[in-house]
Amino acid sequence: MAATETLTAEQYIQHHLTNLTLGFHPEHGFGLAHSSAEAAEMGFWAINLDTMFFSILLGALFLWFFRGVAERVSAGVPGAAQNFVEWIVDFVEDNVRGSFSGKNPMVAPLALTIFAWVFLMNLMDLLPVDLVPYLFGHFMALFGADPHHVYLKIVPTTDPNATFAMALMVFILVLYYSFKMKGVGGFLGELTLQPFGKWGMPANLVLEGISLISKPISLALRLFGNMYAGEMIFILIALLYGGSLALNVTGGVLQFVWAVFHILIITLQAFIFMVLTIVYLDMAHQEHH
Amino acid sequence: MNINLTLFAQMITFAVFVGFCMKYVWPPIVNALAERKAKIAEGLAAAERGHQEQALGEQRALELMKEAKASAAEIVGQAQKRATDIVEEAKSDARTEGDRLLAAARAEIEQETNRAREELRERVSTLAVAAAEKILQKEINVDAHKSIVDSFAKQL
Repeated sequence: MAATETLTAEQYIQHHLTNLTLGFHPEHGFGLAHSSAEAAEMGFWAINLDTMFFSILLGALFLWFFRGVAERVSAGVPGAAQNFVEWIVDFVEDNVRGSFSGKNPMVAPLALTIFAWVFLMNLMDLLPVDLVPYLFGHFMALFGADPHHVYLKIVPTTDPNATFAMALMVFILVLYYSFKMKGVGGFLGELTLQPFGKWGMPANLVLEGISLISKPISLALRLFGNMYAGEMIFILIALLYGGSLALNVTGGVLQFVWAVFHILIITLQAFIFMVLTIVYLDMAHQEHH
Repeated sequence: MNINLTLFAQMITFAVFVGFCMKYVWPPIVNALAERKAKIAEGLAAAERGHQEQALGEQRALELMKEAKASAAEIVGQAQKRATDIVEEAKSDARTEGDRLLAAARAEIEQETNRAREELRERVSTLAVAAAEKILQKEINVDAHKSIVDSFAKQL
């Protein structure tokens, strides 16, 4: 199914890396982008429908399941679903208790949401790369669309919009609590008076500023980069299909091996995002004297 | 791969999810966990108390048993003493009764002897008088010599 007659390998990859973008194109007017170039031309005022749809679907799935358990949670003998939920909640709570020294009732639910949501979004990577886009393309063809110009990325974390959105929210929280806990003077002092003392103020500001700004950027890019690279490897493996039998078998084996390895990556990335969020918020809560 | 409006939409989505989780998901589960923890601690404490109470109860039971044994031994001792007393009493009673019966029998025998003797004496005197009468048919008047015969009979 991979490199069909109409698609070269390059086009195939390009196709898989383009979001389903809805926006206002300067030439074609309001509508879905028909190519990645068109999507780029739409500029800022466009929205990636696939990222939004799958991230909201997965987030809602997580909240629906956990809320269902929370509604009939009991302190007695837990059922299977409650056991599972408690296991995750306990795991997150342990991490928060271990890394976060302040008192803030928001940090633990935030960490849980990040962990579960990112994990679920990453998990979409394990679905065969062509499955959902292929079905969606043919579904859209029913409405007269050309399947080759219907794009769909089902892994929201391979869209930098999703990872930067989370990282920016965390960054906003870091700034908010830095100002709240340390005071404006305390926070500005932290940014300007160390590590070189007050005579090295510009150097301090540069160093501390970089370390502050690098937090959300590294947070977002780490997740995005890992998932994007993983997705890319799945796409490259998928290119092997459609050739000779040997290539097909090789592709199958490679896909299986990479998927197994990827289970580790998706869990690890969700965990890292959660732990770093906790650590950054902990740093924001600490008062330096 | 373009940064676009999705960024803000995702930020809002994320905030909503976190808010929901913080309000409706996290507290009930964590509360249930804390409650269960408290329950387990309580249960363990109760078990500990139970153990202590059991030990105390066993000790108390042992004491009671010891007491009961002591009092049983005392009662047995008293009973034995009482039994010997009763036996002794019965023995002495029997002895007294025996003595009394013996005395009564003796008295009766004496009486009988006396009566027999009296009877015998009378018979003998009568026989003697009769014999004497026969011997002295003619010469002796019974009435006249009665005092002599009586005194003679009395000597028998």
